[in-house]
Amino acid sequence: MQRNPQLNANGELQHLLSTEGLPREILTQILDTAESFVGVTEREVRKVPLLRGKSVFNLFFESSTRTRTTFEIAAKRLSADVINLNIALSSQSKGESLLDTVANLSAMQADIFVVRHNSAGAPFLIARHVKPHEHVVNAGDGRHAHPTQGLLDLFTIRHYKKDFGKLTVAIVGDILHSRVARSLIHGLTTLGAPEVRVIAPQTLLPAGVEALGVRVFHDMRAGLKDCDVVVMLRLQNERMRGALLPSAQEFNKHYGLTGDKLDLARSDAIVMHPGPMNRGVEIDSTVADGPHSVILPQVTFGIAVRMAVMSIVAGN
Amino acid sequence: MKLHLKGGRVVDPASGRDSVGDVYISDGKIAEEFSRADRVIDAKGLVVTPGLIDLSARLREPGLEYKATLESEMHAAVAGGVTSLACPPDTDPPLDEPGLVDMLRRRAKALMRARVYPIGALTVKLRGEALTEMAELTQAGCVAFSQANVPLADTQVLWRALQYAATFGFPVWLRVEDAWLAKGGVSHDGEVATRLGLPGIPSFAETIALGTLLELVRATGARVHVCRLSTAGAVELIRKAKEERLPISCDVAIHHVHLCDMDLGYFDSQCRLVPPLRSQRDRDALARALAEGVIDCVVSDHTPVDDDGKHLPFDEAEPGATGLELLLPLTLKWGDARKLPLAATLARITSEPARILGVASGRIAHDAPADVAVFDPKAALRVVPEALKSQGKNTPFLGYELGGKVRYTIVAGNVVYEA
Repeated sequence: MQRNPQLNANGELQHLLSTEGLPREILTQILDTAESFVGVTEREVRKVPLLRGKSVFNLFFESSTRTRTTFEIAAKRLSADVINLNIALSSQSKGESLLDTVANLSAMQADIFVVRHNSAGAPFLIARHVKPHEHVVNAGDGRHAHPTQGLLDLFTIRHYKKDFGKLTVAIVGDILHSRVARSLIHGLTTLGAPEVRVIAPQTLLPAGVEALGVRVFHDMRAGLKDCDVVVMLRLQNERMRGALLPSAQEFNKHYGLTGDKLDLARSDAIVMHPGPMNRGVEIDSTVADGPHSVILPQVTFGIAVRMAVMSIVAGN
Repeated sequence: MKLHLKGGRVVDPASGRDSVGDVYISDGKIAEEFSRADRVIDAKGLVVTPGLIDLSARLREPGLEYKATLESEMHAAVAGGVTSLACPPDTDPPLDEPGLVDMLRRRAKALMRARVYPIGALTVKLRGEALTEMAELTQAGCVAFSQANVPLADTQVLWRALQYAATFGFPVWLRVEDAWLAKGGVSHDGEVATRLGLPGIPSFAETIALGTLLELVRATGARVHVCRLSTAGAVELIRKAKEERLPISCDVAIHHVHLCDMDLGYFDSQCRLVPPLRSQRDRDALARALAEGVIDCVVSDHTPVDDDGKHLPFDEAEPGATGLELLLPLTLKWGDARKLPLAATLARITSEPARILGVASGRIAHDAPADVAVFDPKAALRVVPEALKSQGKNTPFLGYELGGKVRYTIVAGNVVYEA
């Protein structure tokens, strides 16, 4: 039987590749550890020595500014040395294979690889080939997973709502292409959220999505009713090309979050977005900047969560 | 050379024979009993059966010799008890010219191993635009015409190709997949693909294309062999088409009889296959249809892929798996699981493909070509790279232990493999 590739022989977190299949205890451990780091980011000296002398390689095969930066900040606050590699512009274009790139970097004494790749499963492939003391953290692979984003979403929800046990959470928009949605759904179902909804037109929902443990809504107004948490997803412009949607305007009309649609959710509902936002497409500015929005705190929490993940895997 | 196979369990699916006895071979043919053999092979405890006929095995020549050579793959064939194989035209360049076909046949013949039956390209360069010179290609040795895994999206070209082939009675072998619906997909569009975030190919990409093809068979009367079914829906369409007595036959790849999309596990690129592994329900329907005869035969769909082609993320990995040496044990495993008589099991890889190919081999009968496999049903084959003769060492079955080990392979009366 194949062991869960994220866990070591003691069942501890060796790599963070996906929120799927992680025990509740490990998710909670990450969230609790992140809680302790929130204080650090607010201190005058914003550093702890947990990863002193360790090297974190940011391996981005797909470009990203935000995620890479937050990983970099998180690693630096843990006192690690951070090396950023924008592979999209270097060795891959020279024909070097993914595993050769990793083997070369491994020879430079890496401790943690933070990997983003446009192919689903690429971090699993890397994790299978790294040395036992090396760790892989998935920073987004294709449509598959973005576990640190999922965890920071969970952290944000827990911060504002305390308990997952009674929550109704709606995730709205391009579920089909969203690794963020998949990671959040697995986290929510593991932590016991009783109702997770996905709201989207058929063209933006993957086959058999119900099997993930979600309720499907095509009508946003019906789907938002009595929600505690509303998560809006980014709509990429290129979706209009694949005949998935007619226009951003029509999408906005049916699936954009406006103040009057948000009124259907609970009065204390929070609104989240993984960023970067398309104002006027999936979310209106009045909502994004309004009292229900926790979009900026999400970014702050993201650093604490990434610190937690890196310190936990490096300690195991 | 006079050969005497002594005291084996002779299983000949064509005649239904399953009894312990002797087989005599003389002048490359199955002969009547004789007393003075040049060689006597003690087959006690072994099964003596017609050599396997595999309707889809890629030899990678011409053009793709870095993945495999005729030499290595012909060795793999006979090590797997395969005495005849049909090779798809997706070589580099594709088999669309008589010269290429002729060269391939000569090279194969010189190796004195399995018989090679080239399948010609249906369209020039497999581009799906212009018809190849099918009559010339047939003369050069092509037994059928196909697009291999290259889609033929233009249904007018497909219609014309079938009309033309039907005119001369050339068989057309086609895989069915709607090119547009399959665009960009690498896995079965279902719950597993959704979980893994892999772009999917819906089941109806197969049934829609098959529906189109069956209509064109009705319209043209072309003799069509449908290759590599993967869905339960396609099985039902074939069942009805056969009840209607349309001139069709079909096959399934051995992987699809045993595996399903759940086997992708954590993005196992060994399971990157064409067509994709589908749901458990599909897998079960295929395994059942093969037993019922709705699916006529099972093929290895042997496709040697090197490690560089597989040590990649799932969607970037090269599709395909080695299979020539696993066809027999995996077919036996399927037959065992369904509690089929051994003759019925072996029919799917001997007499049935022989019928589709229109060859005289595939049976143990007086005067038939002496293509014979002798295997030990009790000996286990551990599927590890070192055990495989093929240059392709990649298969989803690595690590399996399978019953049924080939001891002797005989082609045209010559012992071409023994172990």
